[in-house]
Amino acid sequence: MIEVEQLSKSYGPIKAIEDVSFVVEKGEILGFLGPNGAGKSTTMRILTCFMPPTSGTARIAGFDIFKDSLQVRRRIGYVPENAPLYTDMPVVSLLKFVAEIKGLSRHERLRQIGQVMADCGIKDVQHRYIGKLSKGYRQRVALAQALLGNPEVLILDEPTIGLDPRQIIDIRQLIKGLAGQKTIILSSHILPEVSMTCQRVIIINRGRVIAVDTPENLTTKLQTTSRLLIRVEGPAPEVVRALGAVSGVQTVKEEGISAAQVVTCVVESKKDRDVRKDVAAAVVRQHWGLLELRPVDLTLEEVFVRLVTEEKENAA
Amino acid sequence: MSSFWPIFKRELRSYFVSPIAYVVMVMFLMIAGYFFYSSFAFFNFIGFQAMSNPMMARNLNVTEGVLRPLYGNLGVILLFIMPLLTMRLFAEEKKQGTIELLLTYPVRDLAAVLAKFSACLAVYTIMLALTALYPILLIIFAQPEVGPIVAGYVGLFLLGAAFIALGALASSLTENQIVAAAMSFGFLLIFWVIGWSSQFAASGMGRLLSHLSLLEHFDSFPKGVIDTKDIIFYLNFMVFCLFLTLRALESQRWRG
Repeated sequence: MIEVEQLSKSYGPIKAIEDVSFVVEKGEILGFLGPNGAGKSTTMRILTCFMPPTSGTARIAGFDIFKDSLQVRRRIGYVPENAPLYTDMPVVSLLKFVAEIKGLSRHERLRQIGQVMADCGIKDVQHRYIGKLSKGYRQRVALAQALLGNPEVLILDEPTIGLDPRQIIDIRQLIKGLAGQKTIILSSHILPEVSMTCQRVIIINRGRVIAVDTPENLTTKLQTTSRLLIRVEGPAPEVVRALGAVSGVQTVKEEGISAAQVVTCVVESKKDRDVRKDVAAAVVRQHWGLLELRPVDLTLEEVFVRLVTEEKENAA
Repeated sequence: MSSFWPIFKRELRSYFVSPIAYVVMVMFLMIAGYFFYSSFAFFNFIGFQAMSNPMMARNLNVTEGVLRPLYGNLGVILLFIMPLLTMRLFAEEKKQGTIELLLTYPVRDLAAVLAKFSACLAVYTIMLALTALYPILLIIFAQPEVGPIVAGYVGLFLLGAAFIALGALASSLTENQIVAAAMSFGFLLIFWVIGWSSQFAASGMGRLLSHLSLLEHFDSFPKGVIDTKDIIFYLNFMVFCLFLTLRALESQRWRG
């Protein structure tokens, strides 16, 4: 559905993105992850034909973004960063304007406006001026205008920024509900959000793609050890010593001691070696209290930091 | 070009939702009314003097004495007021970021430029139509020739349209409305007075300068002369400015 080939864009001497290539299949939700200034918005602006790339090409639904720009723009719905909207219009007027500009027939216009207002939960503010709406509502209006015209592709630049937790859940649900019917690219710098909504993640840093995979694969691939979190009631130095003596355990890191002599440790072992039984046995043998024992996965946060630092080392 | 109408309607609406259109219109009509009154009063004064001097009465002419100065003055007021109408056309959208949405809808750049230009022209036309009150008053109380009145309005319309085109260009070059207004005012003023130096410039240069002057081409309309040379000048000026506006939008896309 979306094919991006070696896309580069420079602003004068500054390279915003370099050699970005990826493919998004029909019906897939792709997460675009990166720190601020990594080139997420630039890529999206190129895909939505807001600006041309310096080099490279991209095709959306088979149409070249540069040569068939109008055809591409008919097939996308776009929510730019910070949801810029005409503040001097009521919600419903804006949606009418967008529906008209997207070339919907009069009958279709009314039907779709009702539909997207219901989907995005903005029916109760439809006569309010957009300038008077809260950030959350504005974001939803932006999403509603993108959905008008039933585009095949949705490009959402940080769609949940500035929303409260309840609204974030609503929007995520809405986006997830669109999976399968629409192809979606969604950018974010919030990792759990991407791992929750997206089937595949692209991690981009300083304009370069550094990883493309499913969120699960990314975490397992980078995980060279398996880690256990353990909380034991007992004297701290002995506990650490005892845990370190268990066969298969590589390192034991003390994370903290609370008042009632409870030690929290992270135990690392080889990736395929399950040491849980041995660790538990070691604790019980000493008659200490085993309060908690659970495996810890790498969070996307850690994956991200690792990828970025790895890249720096390679460059150095 | 199907996207022309929605953008045109939205632009026109936004003029009247904000106080811009009302404030500019009221100011324009107020100053125009003052000029009409003063030239009418002056004509009256001359008229009384002429009662005792029949030689003077022969040269009295309401078109020449009231309407021509009025039209000339309206042109000057437009110079000050038009940048206020045009400054927001593109600058506001760029500042607010809405241009990013507008240009990613299936819209040709040309349609967007023409729609914005036409919306501003529509506001100006309404404003101009309201000044018709003064010639109508004159027709009730005196017998002015209708021809020069119509020609004067054709001239004002073309002059205003040229101003708007230049203002649109200025607005497309910046995201700051004040800068847009200052630029369009400055350039309008230059194009207004450029003919003044024609008398002492080198002969070929002098003719070129006076041909470039927006004022020079307006001069014959209130006399009742509609010259194709002047119409073509204004149309050329408009097309050129709008073409540059289009290019300015495009170049900003490339620069990002």
